[in-house]
Amino acid sequence: MYHVEMKDLEKSYDNQKNVLNGIDLAIEDGEFFVLVGPSGSGKSTLLRMIAGLEEITGGILKINDKVVNHLRPKDRDLSMVFQNYALYPHLTVEQNILFGLNAKKVNKKEQQKRLNETAEMMGLSELLKRKPKQLSGGQRQRVALARAVVSHAPLCLMDEPLSNLDAKLRAHMRMEIRRLQKKLGLTMTMGDRIMVLDDGKIQQVGDPITLYNEPANLFVASFIGSPRINLGQAVIKDHQLVIEESIHIPITTSDIGNIIQKNNLTIGIRAEHIFHGDEDSKTHELEVISVEHLGNETLLTFEIGKELWTAKWLGQWRVQVGDKVPVNISVENMSFYDTKTTELIKPATSVVKEQEVVAI
Amino acid sequence: MSDLTVQIDKDYTKEFGKAKKLQRLKSFFKGVLFLLPSIILFSVFLFYPLFKTLYLSLFLTDASGATTVFVGLDNYQAIFTSPLFLKSLEVTFLFVLYTVPGTVIVSLFLAVLANEKLRGIGIFRTLFSSTMGISVAAASVFWMFLFHPTMGWLNQLLENLGIEAIGWLTDPDWALISVSISTIWMNLGFTFLILLGGLQSIDSYLYESADIDGASYFYKLRRITIPMLSPTLFFVITVSFINAFQTFGQVDMLTRGGPQNETNVIVYSIYQEAFRNYQHGAASAQAIVLFIVILLLTLIQFKLGERKVHYQ
Repeated sequence: MYHVEMKDLEKSYDNQKNVLNGIDLAIEDGEFFVLVGPSGSGKSTLLRMIAGLEEITGGILKINDKVVNHLRPKDRDLSMVFQNYALYPHLTVEQNILFGLNAKKVNKKEQQKRLNETAEMMGLSELLKRKPKQLSGGQRQRVALARAVVSHAPLCLMDEPLSNLDAKLRAHMRMEIRRLQKKLGLTMTMGDRIMVLDDGKIQQVGDPITLYNEPANLFVASFIGSPRINLGQAVIKDHQLVIEESIHIPITTSDIGNIIQKNNLTIGIRAEHIFHGDEDSKTHELEVISVEHLGNETLLTFEIGKELWTAKWLGQWRVQVGDKVPVNISVENMSFYDTKTTELIKPATSVVKEQEVVAI
Repeated sequence: MSDLTVQIDKDYTKEFGKAKKLQRLKSFFKGVLFLLPSIILFSVFLFYPLFKTLYLSLFLTDASGATTVFVGLDNYQAIFTSPLFLKSLEVTFLFVLYTVPGTVIVSLFLAVLANEKLRGIGIFRTLFSSTMGISVAAASVFWMFLFHPTMGWLNQLLENLGIEAIGWLTDPDWALISVSISTIWMNLGFTFLILLGGLQSIDSYLYESADIDGASYFYKLRRITIPMLSPTLFFVITVSFINAFQTFGQVDMLTRGGPQNETNVIVYSIYQEAFRNYQHGAASAQAIVLFIVILLLTLIQFKLGERKVHYQ
């Protein structure tokens, strides 16, 4: 059974161009579903449409197998955590958490029970009498989550819940949210899924590893993963793959498989797939134009034609800017895209092998 | 060796001190320069008249306002034993009591209405705030017509409803109420605009969150709108309060303090004392009393209000 189902959902303001187009999506019970996309891609709008804060222009939205297009937010049985938390500044933490229960006239005993439960779970018991402005960012975030938890709603929407936190706290809260989900018994055996949204259209839906290994188009490829995937224009001629007119790699038919297209190719290769090459394995020598040391990883930047490519090497490499370093770049790590349609032609073959290894 | 370093340190601190002092002095003079225009204006139009009034209140004066005899606090003693002044104090307090809550409640109601996002709401916002652009004199003339005993619309309306006509401005029981009604109407525009501004600055996320929680309209009004509006409400109340104490124009236009001194508010009484009776000393004493009353009540208001007001 699907908990949330969208059929050809659309949104436009004042009959202008659609902000969201043909969103077809089904989210299952207990699933941890993540929406990603650049700002302005329509993530918040979609979320607010599910919550009932935005009018749905077209299509059908079902929650729990019931069409809810016409229902008001309070009748959709869901909770929401806002990006800026939307805490009531004049109320204490306790009053903030109980606001919704009070509004729904839940009886006082039940309120207290739920409050204590939630406060303990979120580690807020000591802070109940404080006002939001006396809390740190992480604590405010926890209060916002507590407000969602206390409502016992089966569906919780979070609009960029971590964007107001600094990097360290963000990682911590991400973990807390997962732990909370487990505590509430929301996780099943199912893994997470991610949907990539751009310009109001779904680009790809899938589990994180698929999205990373086999991005469906150039947008997903460059949006998922850090550092960004290395892209380059390529053509195939004379049994050679020529990238950005500067890197030549000999290829055989087994390498390129079903690629018929010879021109207008874009290849993508992840930073960790540009290896350091020793005497035997080196395929190219590239000049380093920037080095970044990240603890036990080293990021090296090269100039390939017009593109800047980054290699991620494990370990601490003492490389200077201007050095020529031997690298190993192989076709099996490259995914191929059509430059015109930006669609994937062939994913990297090596990752499929790696996955097999993991499966054993 | 160590002696030498100590000496150098000392010399440096001295020089630093000097440089800092010079900088502070410079920035002080710059600051004063920027303040000068308002210091001059305030001195000429506020501080000088205040002290002059205080000075005058201790003297008897001739018709032109020149001091004649020093009488000390006699003027104050005289006004506090004068039934006329006590009456005008009472009238003023009543007037404040009628107009301040009236203005705030009506304009809050209008502001909440006009804060809804509806088509054409701009028309209503303009209408509701329009009285701000009408002078006291024009408004008073307009209300004089409404209040007119026979031709006035109010009495015609009453007549149509079968109710006996009221002497709005002539009946001692009604005069103060009538002046209060017209004052509320005149103050509405300003108060409405400030409150609407306050309402619009409340974060819409708060209401959306409450919507998801299932809060009703009045629950939101009571738990979100009013508390979040409290700083604005406090400001509006304080300003209307001070304005009500200083009302003059509409009293002068509508009733001239009559009937039977029922609308003789303090400022009007000061005006009569000074410019009708030429008792500048006594008028000054009344003005000082009014000043102290407003000052004290505003201080009390701040003390009481601060506890209930939530600042973000």
